[in-house]
Amino acid sequence: MSELTPKMDGIVEAEITRTMGPWREAWRSFRKSKVAVVGMVIVLFFILLALFGPLFAKEGINEQMAADRLQPPSAEYWLGTDDFGRDILSRIIHGARISLSVGFLSVIASVIIGSFLGIVAGYYGRWTDTIISRIFDIMLAFPSILLAIAIVSVLGPGLENALIAIAIINVPNFGRLIRSKVLSIKEDEYIMAAKGIGMKDARILFSHILPNSMAPVIVQGTLAIATAILEAAALGFLGLGAQAPQPEWGKMLADSKSYLQSAPWTMIFPGISIMLTVLGFNLMGDGLRDALDPKMKN
Amino acid sequence: MTKTPLLKVNNLKKYFPIKKGLFGSTTGYVKAVDDISFYVHEGETLGIVGESGCGKSTTGRVLMRLIEPTDGIIEFDGKDLTSLSQEEMRKTRRHIQMVFQDPYASLNPRHAIGKILEEPLIVHGVTEAKERKKKVREFLEIVGLSEYHAKRYPHQFSGGQRQRIGIARALMTNPKLIIADEPVSALDVSIQAQVLNLMQDLQKEFNLTYIFIAHDLGVVRHISDRVAVMYLGKIVEVADSEQLYEKPLHPYTQGLLSAVPVPDPDFQKKQIIIEGDIPNPADPPTGCTFHKRCPFRMDSCMKVTPQLVEQSTGHSVACHLYVSEVDNDIKQLEGSL
Repeated sequence: MSELTPKMDGIVEAEITRTMGPWREAWRSFRKSKVAVVGMVIVLFFILLALFGPLFAKEGINEQMAADRLQPPSAEYWLGTDDFGRDILSRIIHGARISLSVGFLSVIASVIIGSFLGIVAGYYGRWTDTIISRIFDIMLAFPSILLAIAIVSVLGPGLENALIAIAIINVPNFGRLIRSKVLSIKEDEYIMAAKGIGMKDARILFSHILPNSMAPVIVQGTLAIATAILEAAALGFLGLGAQAPQPEWGKMLADSKSYLQSAPWTMIFPGISIMLTVLGFNLMGDGLRDALDPKMKN
Repeated sequence: MTKTPLLKVNNLKKYFPIKKGLFGSTTGYVKAVDDISFYVHEGETLGIVGESGCGKSTTGRVLMRLIEPTDGIIEFDGKDLTSLSQEEMRKTRRHIQMVFQDPYASLNPRHAIGKILEEPLIVHGVTEAKERKKKVREFLEIVGLSEYHAKRYPHQFSGGQRQRIGIARALMTNPKLIIADEPVSALDVSIQAQVLNLMQDLQKEFNLTYIFIAHDLGVVRHISDRVAVMYLGKIVEVADSEQLYEKPLHPYTQGLLSAVPVPDPDFQKKQIIIEGDIPNPADPPTGCTFHKRCPFRMDSCMKVTPQLVEQSTGHSVACHLYVSEVDNDIKQLEGSL
């Protein structure tokens, strides 16, 4: 019997791994990290808040109760009210929608543009690579928030323009990441095999090289969403992002900064929201890195 | 034997430029493949052997134009491959397929086996999905795997199984010529035999022509009809497999053969030990590139490059030992001019 047992284990193991693709295996190792799961729960909480919260938020976001200005948290106003008598909880719930949209949309845009430029630079090399890489270098030479401020100043302040600016400043990060990944993958034998089979460049690029370079992009993307939310809040705080009545978290911080002494809740709760969301994405990103890093495998 | 060969290679060269300095000026060339000519008949297996770095893998890749040749003619099925446009070459590749050395690296880790095998058909215009799936099943069976393996991913297979998949992929488009680049050198010895036998069975079944690249003479003997020995980018000896192993002419071939272990502890043989390492291919020795390591070195070896000359039917060697004195004198004169 004792001889049989290890064999049985092997079979069970084989049954489990039988139809699992690389992504499902990554999910398995992701689940093992508690911290990453906590991060994911936080992120999911804010995503659900953004999607469904506004349906339940009892007060209108811009409904002003002049009589209830700067009320501390109470049964009626769970997180208190701001200087116009607006319910902070409602504003934070609606703000989640704004912050997460900015985070996701800007990162998706930079991933698409960055991947395209990076893959072209990495695969074709020579002068295309030189031109694209030098543009990335120039963009990376500026501190990113400074570049974002410059872009918003040109486009004019506003939430959409802040989103565009954040998308642009993240392009070189993804571009360089993909480029370096493509450079190593295109030397792999299965790419040589794909060419040998007679595949066209487009097929090799998008069906073979791109999927194999996605793992670090997903990690970087998750972390970049956190940064993008922070940057959007920073631009909002500076008055370059979301405009006056919009309940954007950074803007809420800026509006309430003069009440830090007298009504600290006006500042603390938007601040905690930003902090939690960013923390959630960072924890999740770290977990993804461990799960998707090929060096950790086997 | 007057039939025209399926593949005929004339004076094939591949020089890789060596770039140095800030502006990448070319300071020299590595002659990975230096003026080689050979032919392969339909249904035949040509083995190419040599040490690592002698240019045998480069030769395989240049034949498919995965690496562009520097010079020479590759005549396949009556067409000169070097004159084709990229698009024409891409289409021609369905007739020439390749089996790669490392079964762990030659399959895309993110694609299931079914997809890997289906892709050559998609690329070469088999539009009917049902037909493709049927063919995938058929070829999985042919190489000794089962239908349900199509859903699995490469990392779930052993090296031998993966190499079977690699072979199945090469067969999907019904090619005439298969270039096998060290297909068994990454496998265990017991698995090697299985894969080699499979390749031989497939050759009979589909009338395949193989170019079999390897560094293991035992493996090559098992599968090849004819063998070409390469040294530093040049072919130094070509012969029928039996003849080469019975009566090797070139000192390098003799040395390689005497290094093959014999599974008999009482066997006494005359060892020819090749000393030293393979020279720097960027700066090869003058004359015969083997002369620094050759036990039978003569004066002319250092000056004159020996040509590949037929000694008996189908047995050619590039060595001054087998050229008559008169020829040598003439060559030496030509060389000094």
